[in-house]
Amino acid sequence: MQEGATDPGLYDYHPYNARPKIAWPEGKTCAVWVAPNLEYYEIDPPANPHRKSWPKAHPDVVGYSYRDHSNRVSHWRMADVMSRHGFPGSVSLSVALCDHHPEVVADGVERGWEFFSHGIYNTRYSYGMSEAQERAIIEDSIETVQRATGQRIRGWLAPALTHTPRTLDLLAEYDFRYTCDLYHDDQVQEVKVAKGALASIPYSLEVNDHYGFNVYGMSGREYADCLIQQYERLAEEGERTGSGTVMCVPLHAYLIGQPHRIGPFEEALAHIAADSRCWKARAGEIVDHWRAAQ
Amino acid sequence: MSLPDDYTTYPRRAEGYDHDYYDWSSMHGRAPVAWPDGKSVAVWLCVSLEWFPIMPEDKPFRAPGHMVTPYPDYRHYTVRDYGNRVGVFRMLEAFKAAGVKASFAVNAAVAERYAELIEAVLADGHEIIAHSTDMNGTITSDLAEADERALIADSLARLEAASGIKPKGWLSIARSQSWRTADILTEHGLKYTCDWVNDELPYRFKNGLVNLPLNTELSDRMIIATQQHSAEGWAQMMRDAFDWLAAEARGTAYTKGGGRMLPVHITPYIIGQPFRIRALEQLLTDLSGRADAWIAPGAEIVSAWEEQQ
Repeated sequence: MQEGATDPGLYDYHPYNARPKIAWPEGKTCAVWVAPNLEYYEIDPPANPHRKSWPKAHPDVVGYSYRDHSNRVSHWRMADVMSRHGFPGSVSLSVALCDHHPEVVADGVERGWEFFSHGIYNTRYSYGMSEAQERAIIEDSIETVQRATGQRIRGWLAPALTHTPRTLDLLAEYDFRYTCDLYHDDQVQEVKVAKGALASIPYSLEVNDHYGFNVYGMSGREYADCLIQQYERLAEEGERTGSGTVMCVPLHAYLIGQPHRIGPFEEALAHIAADSRCWKARAGEIVDHWRAAQ
Repeated sequence: MSLPDDYTTYPRRAEGYDHDYYDWSSMHGRAPVAWPDGKSVAVWLCVSLEWFPIMPEDKPFRAPGHMVTPYPDYRHYTVRDYGNRVGVFRMLEAFKAAGVKASFAVNAAVAERYAELIEAVLADGHEIIAHSTDMNGTITSDLAEADERALIADSLARLEAASGIKPKGWLSIARSQSWRTADILTEHGLKYTCDWVNDELPYRFKNGLVNLPLNTELSDRMIIATQQHSAEGWAQMMRDAFDWLAAEARGTAYTKGGGRMLPVHITPYIIGQPFRIRALEQLLTDLSGRADAWIAPGAEIVSAWEEQQ
């Protein structure tokens, strides 16, 4: 990015109605990728002067245990619903989860999921990191996930969405292919980096379950309707324009896997899975297909 | 502002948790639990009985539901008290009509101030759980150890003196504990706490304390007061949750099944309003009529679980 400039220079302007078309495999019109966040929040993280980890003095019992629900109960509930409807996960991973609860990561590996880094912990923020520290978390991410899953990670969603001006350039330098941190589009787009190439894949804050439940206060049924409407619109636009769209379903098991929400969520996934326009894909497949067409 | 070098070192990065309170286990990886009479879903009704002093204290934090306006906040003081004067009696009647027993998490001040209410709760056979002194009695690690010890001891002594009951369970205000709370509760002979929301079945801390998770998401405070759904919407969510848990109890691809638990945390000044109470009544009629539901107070659920460990 252009540090200090009013326009950070992340990408060029390409209006939706006048840009090169992208065709998805087999005439599909909307690539749907499901992004479970498999996270570990520390109970007593060190302070970062730019952002407080927990609202309360440590231990923040509800904050910590709320998120731990994923790793004891709801991960498997969410994962089974995805598997039943043929959706692989592309995992936004706090890579230290490989050390703390390898059983959760192994479950994703068995299901054929793709992994990308969401930092070491969701309680260690990139704000204020030196270049050496930022390289350390990138290298740690690559090595830890390689060891735990056999996969060389190619994607990044910044820990707790915290960035530095150099993050995207470093990702390209380490041969990452995509970032999930930019929310400017419904299609894969080129990111401007100092050297090499990097794509942005649409992740979504608006249909993220965290926004749905903890920002907008939706019920499980309302959130399910919102996913269906998001999908229907993107699939229809992809069909009408002849250029494939991307829908991401970003999830947290401790939210979507609550017993009052998971049933309606399954109905939404079943609806999307049954539609012939849907390309059930992993993030890497979507980005690689797009890159090959450039 | 730059970060210290050790910001990218992780002393507790190893298998298991980054604390020593309890071990990790997945719910589906444990031996299945069986509830009495072959029921598959334990429904735990937990009612908070709260007294909010009109002079709120912010140390260590202001409790959710506490005073909002400049002093004197008649609006919030009185509507909270509405729960203890009116709303809770509608709830007691609804429990009696459905033939169900609940847990009541009681501020010691409520037991002292509203003796008739506590008599009514006990006469109907409900459980009493300790719930601090009053809604100024919040706990975090910012509270000095001596103050926390005094707060918990005072809560238990005053609750017992006023109600004649020595409670087995403890619910912290806003489920907020300090590093020390679990040990202090154990020292007082309490059997269980409801504060950690990471599971859907009871589990045991290393110090012997049982945690009976009282899901924050499934409370009327969260669904009605915070997320602003109707009481009917809340009841629909409880039914959706029950249905999922009952199916899970029969076994799925990821679990052998076994007993599940649905915690229903309700608040007299919220669900006890005239326009909302019917949703609770209908939910109780519905759930109490289901063959797979076991509606029981927390202590009974903990005991049933404990016998199988």
